[in-house]
Amino acid sequence: MTKPLLSVQNLTIDIPVGGGTLHAVRGIDFTLDRGEVLCIVGESGSGKSLTSLALMGLLGKRISCTADQMDFDGTALLEASPRKMRSLRGARMSMIFQEPMTSLNPAYTIGDQLMEAMLLHENVPRSKARARAIDLLEKVGITAAASRLGQYPHQLSGGLRQRVMIAMALMCGPELIIADEPTTALDVTIQAQILRLLVDLVREMNMAMILITHDLGVVARVADKVAVMYAGQLVETGPARDVFSQPLHPYTRGLLHCIPQPGKTARGEPLGTIPGIVPSLVGEVEGCVFRTRCEHAVPACHAAIPRRERGDHAFRCVHEDGHAPDDTRAKEATDA
Amino acid sequence: MTHADSDPANAIEIDPLLQEVMGPTPGQLLRSRIVGHQGLVIGVVVLTIMVIIAIFAPLIAPHDPYAQSLMARMKPPVFLGGTWEHPLGTDHLGRDYLSRLIYGARVSLLIGVIAATISGVIGTAMGVAAGYFGGKVDAVVTFLINVRLAMPVVLVALAVVAILGGSLTVVIAVLGLLLWDRFAVVMRASTRQVREREYVAAARAIGASTPRILLTEIMPNIANNLIVVVTLEMAHAILLEAALSFLGLGVQPPTPSWGLMVSEGKNMMLFEPWLVLIPGAVLFILVLAINLMGDGLRDVTAPENRS
Amino acid sequence: MLQFILKRLGLAILVAITVSFISFSLLFLSGDPAAALAGETASGEDIEALRRLYGFDRPMLVQYFDWLASALRGDFGESYYFKLPVAGLIFDRLEVTMLLGVCGISFALLVAVPLGVAAAMRPNSIIDRLALFMSVAGQALPSFWFGLILIVVFAIKLGWLPPSGTTSWQNFVMPTIVLGYYAMPAIMRLTRAGMLEVLNSDYIRTARAKGASEVRVMFKHALRNAIIPVVSLAAVQMGFMLGGSIVVESIFALHGAGYLAWESIARNDLPTVQALILIFSMFYIVFTFLADVLNAWLDPRMRSS
Repeated sequence: MTKPLLSVQNLTIDIPVGGGTLHAVRGIDFTLDRGEVLCIVGESGSGKSLTSLALMGLLGKRISCTADQMDFDGTALLEASPRKMRSLRGARMSMIFQEPMTSLNPAYTIGDQLMEAMLLHENVPRSKARARAIDLLEKVGITAAASRLGQYPHQLSGGLRQRVMIAMALMCGPELIIADEPTTALDVTIQAQILRLLVDLVREMNMAMILITHDLGVVARVADKVAVMYAGQLVETGPARDVFSQPLHPYTRGLLHCIPQPGKTARGEPLGTIPGIVPSLVGEVEGCVFRTRCEHAVPACHAAIPRRERGDHAFRCVHEDGHAPDDTRAKEATDA
Repeated sequence: MTHADSDPANAIEIDPLLQEVMGPTPGQLLRSRIVGHQGLVIGVVVLTIMVIIAIFAPLIAPHDPYAQSLMARMKPPVFLGGTWEHPLGTDHLGRDYLSRLIYGARVSLLIGVIAATISGVIGTAMGVAAGYFGGKVDAVVTFLINVRLAMPVVLVALAVVAILGGSLTVVIAVLGLLLWDRFAVVMRASTRQVREREYVAAARAIGASTPRILLTEIMPNIANNLIVVVTLEMAHAILLEAALSFLGLGVQPPTPSWGLMVSEGKNMMLFEPWLVLIPGAVLFILVLAINLMGDGLRDVTAPENRS
Repeated sequence: MLQFILKRLGLAILVAITVSFISFSLLFLSGDPAAALAGETASGEDIEALRRLYGFDRPMLVQYFDWLASALRGDFGESYYFKLPVAGLIFDRLEVTMLLGVCGISFALLVAVPLGVAAAMRPNSIIDRLALFMSVAGQALPSFWFGLILIVVFAIKLGWLPPSGTTSWQNFVMPTIVLGYYAMPAIMRLTRAGMLEVLNSDYIRTARAKGASEVRVMFKHALRNAIIPVVSLAAVQMGFMLGGSIVVESIFALHGAGYLAWESIARNDLPTVQALILIFSMFYIVFTFLADVLNAWLDPRMRSS
C-alpha cells in the first residue's frame, strides 16, 4: 500500500477573538490518494474553508494552527519553511476560490495573471507560458482564447472568470487542487457546467481534489470520499456510496433529509429540516457539538465522544449505531 | 447519576454550548471606547485645561500682558536661569511672557471657535442641501467647492486681511468665509448616505415637510461627522491665524497672538531661541490636542470606519 | 474615457473662469482701488487722475473682461511697486517655486508611501503606531515654527546648511522638508488605508495561493492597486503646496513666487497679487485635472470604458 498524497491528523485551528478563543477546527483527520475526489460537506461556519486555507498555508498570522500530522507527499506542511511552502503553492497544490468576481487582480490582464504562476515556478520563456495559458483557456471552454489574454477581469462575466481561475490553478499541472465552493457565487445554470468541467479535468489529469461544498447533490455526483463537517469536527467520513446509502451520524441523516432523493422522498411530503442553530465555538467545548439539535441526545452526549469505525466508514456518536436504541424510525432509515 | 442531573432546576438549564455571553449595552460600549482611547482622553484633558486657562486668564496671569518694562527686557525663563518673577521670562519690550501666552490662548481659541462656527454654518448648509436635494443643487455646490479648493487659502487670506486691515474681527471673518470646504464635502457625503435610509423614507411617507425631515431625521444622524469636522477645522483656523500673524498680516501688535510672538522672537532667535520655541510649542500642543480629540471622536463614534 | 476627460476639462475651465473673476474682484474689496493705490496722503485730484489712468472709472465687468483678455495673452498689467510687467516678474520667480514644489512632493511621497505600506503590513505594530503618531503630530506642527527650529538646529547650532537664500542646492534642503512634511500625513494615511483594504481582498489571496513571495504580493499585486488614489492625492497636494509655499519661502528668504506674493501683499501691489492668486489657482486646477486623467489611465476599469 502506497502512502497517501495527503494525510491530516488532528488538525486544530484556533482564532483569537474578543474575549476568548474560537476553536474553529477541532481535531480533524482525513487522507487523500492521488486521483481521488474528497468532498467536505457542512454548513457555513463549520470550518471547511479554514481547513483548506490551512492546507495551503494561507491562514492569517493571528490564527494558530496545529496538527499531529499534515503531510503532502512526504512534506510536513506545518513545519515547512515559507520558501518551501511558496514552492508548493501554485505549483504542486493549487486552490480555486469561491468568489470569481473579486479573486482576480483588477490591475492586470488575464494573460499576466495566468502566466504568473508558471513563470514563478518553472524556468520557462514567456512564449511557452503564453502557449500553455492559451491551451488551458481552450480546455476550460473559453473561445478566442488568445485574444482573452489581453483583457482585464472586469471585461469578463462571473462564469468566464471562474473558468479563468480554474485554468490558472491548472497552469503548473498540480497534483492537488482545493476548490472552495467554486460554484456558489455563480448563476445556477452555470454552476453545473463549471463543476462538470472541473471534475472532468481533474479525472483527465489524474489529480487529487478536495471539493468544499454545502451542496449534497454535487457531492453525490462527484465524490469518491465524503467528510461531513459540523462545528469544527468531522462527524462522519467514508466512501461516498457508503455515506449516502448508510448515513450513520444523526447530522448526516438530517442533511440527507433536507434534499429530495429520487425514490426515497415521497411526493408531497415536506423536506426535512434540522431545528436549532450552530453553537458558538468560543471557549471550551466538550462532548458532542450536535447535541443541542439532535433528536437522539442523551446526558452522555456531554462527555467525550468515541470514534466508531466500520471499515473506511467512521463517525463520532455516543450511540453505537448513530441513534438512540429505541428509535425505530432512525433504525429503519439506517438499515434501509 | 450526578447531583446536577437529579436537580429539577437542571431541566431548564441552557446547554453550555448555547449560552451566549451577555454583551455590554451600546452605552457601556461607547463609554469604554471613549475611556479606552488614549488619544481622545489626552486631547480632551489638554484642551479642557487650555480652555480653563483662556477663560480665567485675568485671574491666572501673573502680570498685565501689555505692561512693558524697559528695565526688564528679555529676562530668561526660570529653567534658563531666570527668576520666578517672570517664570517664562520677558520679551523684547519687557512684557511677561507667561502672561502673554495665557492671553494668547484666548486669541487662538476665540478664532478657532468662531471661525469654525461660521464656516460650519456655511459649509453644512451647502453640504446638506447638495446631499439631500441632489441634481442641480448638488452640481452647483460641487462646483463651488471646486472653486474654493482652487483658491490658495493663505494667499487669499493674506491679501484680504491686508486690504481690509488686520484686526481680530477681520481675521476671524476671513477664515470663517474661507474654511467651509471640508464641511461641505463631508456633510454632502454623509447626507447622501442618510437620505437613502428607511427612516427618512418613512418620514416622507407620513408627509413630513422637508425642513422637518432635514432637522429631525438628517441632522441628528450626521451630527457625529459634523463634530469631527468642527474640531479639525478649529485646529486649521488656529494654525492659519498663527501663520498669518507670523507673516505680519494677521492679528496686529500688541495683541498677544502666539503666531505674532514667534514672529517677534524670530529676530532674536540667534541668541534667545526660547522666545520662538515656547509660543510655537504651546501652539503645537493646542492644535495637537484638538486633532487628537477629533481623530478620537471619529474612531469612537464610527469604529467600523477606522483606518 | 475621452468623454470623461472632456467633461473634466470643461469643468476645469469653468472653475478657472470663476476663480479669475474672484481674484479680480479682490481689487474692489477695499471700496475704491484708486484711493487705496494713492495712499492716505493723496489729494482728491491725485486719486481722480489715478482712477482715469488705471481705468477704474469704467464699469467693473468691463474692467474684468479687459483684464481677462489681457491675462489670456499673458499680460497681467504693470506692478504698482516695480513699475514692470507683472508677467515677467512672476515668470522669473516661478522656477524657484516649481522646483521647491517638485522637491517637496517627492520628499513627501518618498517618506509617506513606504511608511504607509510598512504600517499596513503590520497593523498595530510599533511602526504602525509611530506612523500614526507622526501623522497626527505632523498635522499639528505649525510650518513656520518648524522651519525656524530647523534653522536654529541645522543652520545656527550645527552650521550644516545655509539659513536662507537661493544660491545653491543646500538652500533647498530645509524648505523641502518644511513644505513636504505638510503633505505627508494625508498621503501616509491614504496609503495605509488603501493597502489595508487591498491586502484583505480576494485577489491578494489568489496571488499568495499561486506561490508569489511576500515582496511580490506587496509591491506587484497590492501597491499597484492601492497607489491609484494616492497618485491623485499627491497631485492635489502639489497644488496646495505651491499655494502654501508663501510661508516657507518667507521663512527661508527663498526668492520664489511665494516670496513675491508676500512682498506684494505687504506693498499693496494689487496687480501682482491678483496675478499670483490666479496663477496659483491655475496650478491647482491643472494638477487636479491631470490627477483625474492619470487616475483614469491607471485604473484599467476606467481606461477601457
